[in-house]
Amino acid sequence: MNYKMLGRFIGKILMVEAVFMVPAMMISLWEREFAVVRAFMWTLAAILAVVGVLIWACRGSKNKFYAKEGLACVGLSWLAMSLLGCLPFFLSGVMPNFVDAFFEIVSGFTTTGASILPEVESVPKGILYWRSFSHWLGGMGVLVFLLAISSMGGSESGYTMHLLRAESPGPNVGKLVPKMRKTASILYLIYILLTILDIFFLLLGGMPLFEAVCTAFGTVGTGGFGVKNDSMAGYSPYIQNVCTVFMLLCGVNFSCYYLLLLRQIKNVFRDEELRLYLGVAAGSILLITLNLKGFYDTLEETLRHASFQVVTIMTTTGFATTDYELWPGFSKAILLTLMVIGASAGSTGGGFKCGRALLIFKSLHRSVQKVVHPQKVQVVRVNGQPIDEKVLQNTNAYLAAYVLATILSFLLISIDGFSITTNLSAVLACFNNIGPGFELVGPTCNYALYSNFSKLVLAWDMLAGRLEIFPILILCSRTTWEHR
Amino acid sequence: MKIIIAGNGKMGAALTRQLSAEGYELTLIDSNLKVLESSEERYDIMVVQGNCASMTVLQQAGVKEADLLIAMTGADELNLLCCMTAHALNDKIHTIARVCNPEYTNQIFAMREMFGLSMAVNPERQAAVEIERLLKYPGFLKRDTFTRGRVEIVELRIDGKSKLRDVALNDMYGIVKCKILVCAVLRNGKAVAPGGDFVLREGDRIFVTAVTDTLTVLLKNLGILTHKTKRVIVCGGGRVSYYLAKQLASSGIRLQIIERDPERCRQLAAQLPSACIIQGDASSQFLLESEGLSDCDAMVTMTGLDELNMIISLYGMSCNVPQVITKLGHIENTNILGSLSLDSVISPKELCCNTIVQYVRAMKNQTGAALTVHTIADGQAEAMEFLVDEKTRNCGKALKDLRLKKDVLVVCISKGARMEIPNGSSHFDVGDIVYIVTGRDKSIYQLNDIFE
Repeated sequence: MNYKMLGRFIGKILMVEAVFMVPAMMISLWEREFAVVRAFMWTLAAILAVVGVLIWACRGSKNKFYAKEGLACVGLSWLAMSLLGCLPFFLSGVMPNFVDAFFEIVSGFTTTGASILPEVESVPKGILYWRSFSHWLGGMGVLVFLLAISSMGGSESGYTMHLLRAESPGPNVGKLVPKMRKTASILYLIYILLTILDIFFLLLGGMPLFEAVCTAFGTVGTGGFGVKNDSMAGYSPYIQNVCTVFMLLCGVNFSCYYLLLLRQIKNVFRDEELRLYLGVAAGSILLITLNLKGFYDTLEETLRHASFQVVTIMTTTGFATTDYELWPGFSKAILLTLMVIGASAGSTGGGFKCGRALLIFKSLHRSVQKVVHPQKVQVVRVNGQPIDEKVLQNTNAYLAAYVLATILSFLLISIDGFSITTNLSAVLACFNNIGPGFELVGPTCNYALYSNFSKLVLAWDMLAGRLEIFPILILCSRTTWEHR
Repeated sequence: MKIIIAGNGKMGAALTRQLSAEGYELTLIDSNLKVLESSEERYDIMVVQGNCASMTVLQQAGVKEADLLIAMTGADELNLLCCMTAHALNDKIHTIARVCNPEYTNQIFAMREMFGLSMAVNPERQAAVEIERLLKYPGFLKRDTFTRGRVEIVELRIDGKSKLRDVALNDMYGIVKCKILVCAVLRNGKAVAPGGDFVLREGDRIFVTAVTDTLTVLLKNLGILTHKTKRVIVCGGGRVSYYLAKQLASSGIRLQIIERDPERCRQLAAQLPSACIIQGDASSQFLLESEGLSDCDAMVTMTGLDELNMIISLYGMSCNVPQVITKLGHIENTNILGSLSLDSVISPKELCCNTIVQYVRAMKNQTGAALTVHTIADGQAEAMEFLVDEKTRNCGKALKDLRLKKDVLVVCISKGARMEIPNGSSHFDVGDIVYIVTGRDKSIYQLNDIFE
């Protein structure tokens, strides 16, 4: 384990976090929320102190990094970022319980959007901004940002691949262009462009600037923290539709946008994962609209609420325009299923990912074929390309880890004694980075009712879900920390 | 600059290491996913799995935006086809192919024309040329030539009998009677940048800059060039041996090639009528003795095994063979070599890699980057060649008035046809070529970087 380099990396990431905290402090200053400004100041001082100690302790590190270090680095830096990032919430007195503050910021960075706040409209603006911005930073990943702005140095800097793999979601992460720095820059440029477009369209709908910016962070990062108590329900149909579209766009693999920029439009629409993603979304909207017949006054309203809810759950955002808790059972069942499937690989969304589901279905199909023709040799293909057996194995292993982690957390939070639906949907909503679940954690409720222990379990779930389990699991393994 | 490397074998890996360190955008193509993955985890590059001559694979690797394709697979025909296909997809692309089959040697120029190659490289042949150069000037351990071939940095060992032993550098001219410059001295494994009052000791290895024409004078005045090399024992009958025999066919140097495989021996004997082919095990001391090892002029060890080459070379040196040249395939193990004190080491892979890197640098040379870079003194120093252009500072000023960085030495200035070994009052002008030597850790990429 290269502790020194690990320390230096975490130091750099905390610096990035500190820089991004400054705008939030400025907003507090502008709004004359001096208690919050003080909280931000103390947090910045704490971050700088930690960075100073890390840089001093880790001077003269070797530039050698392997897969293990890459995974551990991502896991640790997210933990460190969350521990320091929650300080403004805690110090400003908005969330007097530290575990609550930690839960909230983890929910922010992992783009979950599960909150413990019963109401948000009285919360200071600076805190609200930081809460929403954490979605934006966590959506594409802060390490990817670091890769984009600084060159890692060293002639053998292939180790950056481990960082990209560990932080970007999906079974088969690759670079867009040979240079890592350029790849990361392209991803962030697309991301920033989408954010600006979203803000622009929201402003067109008459939304105030502050709300538009915060909503855009929540939408593009597929997070789900709103700035209103009723999430998106109070906004005009136009704004709700803009949100639907941008959530849908951000659940698409970002390499598709890169291909679009290269004008390879055919390749984009032939992408099987994109087809599956859009197909599932369209099918679910249709089924729910049919199921909700007579529930709302007009067909337009039914369609709007159905599509908003389907997209928000599928892209794992977690906004709400209506209380789907009141919907019929079939519609709720569809939403629960969508929670598990999630968005596309390489997007800002969470969940199991359409790409993985595709691989699982295809290898399942192959296994069935094997029963019929035991001697048959068959290769799993996606987009016409044969998929390496190793990727399939990893996907199966991921499925197993996913199911195990879900069941374990379900058992642990059941100690608090709520109903099975509440607990199961809470675990699924946190693990897949969605936010709202069903019953007591439904769209009109929040997570404040859980005990501290359960909140920590759910925070672990969110981190594990966002980083796809292994970077968090490796932190628990003893061999990781052995010297070599 | 975007570069595609097809073939991730020994050569491809060496190139990847060098070129990715210099910051180019590399894409690697190979059919073996395992080696690609290990390369991707080491260097900041992109990899594509597949047949490098296939259009889809090349397109996937971004051949349309690439500036250069380097085909380095083990198969000549695949390399050529790969370059041809790349040309069809992108007519502006430069292509370099490795062509090493001896049967193609004569038609290489025609082939370059036909396939639109910018360059064809042949590592084995290059190694043979290098060995030939060493054999023609016994006494030099290594010769590094710069682009125009008129200036060289040669390596000499100061042994007990040398006329230069215990001589200060200021007094050297009286002995060698030609203009040379000692640019680095390797003493006890450490490189030193010597001053004028530096005194040479026994066991030092010195690196001397000289104009190529004066090398003969230098050797004569040093008393090293006593007689011409006439008989050379070559261990191993691989491709390098074949090329070497071809090169030396008309030079009056007689080769004795020892090869173990009878079939290969017959083949060589048919191809090389002038060489003496001996079938036997080159690692057998008895065979070497009976072939006259003790009174031959030079020995070259070129079997396929690096370890065997080293051991045979050490044996040859213990028998006082005047010149011993060792071929090594894996130059990475140079750390071990230091303690073995092998005289001359040749690595086809490294030679070829250097040639290609030079080509790449020349392609990119609009920015004033070095034309040639040689590593000398066991990798502790670098010799570089720069073109002086309008952007260069301090043109026309005498060298003694310039403030150069520590450990940077201007070793030669080429003014058109005239080569000048500089002294304090020399200066350079626009259009000249300047040769400098510097420590390895200095970051010098442009000529202007040498000034304080």
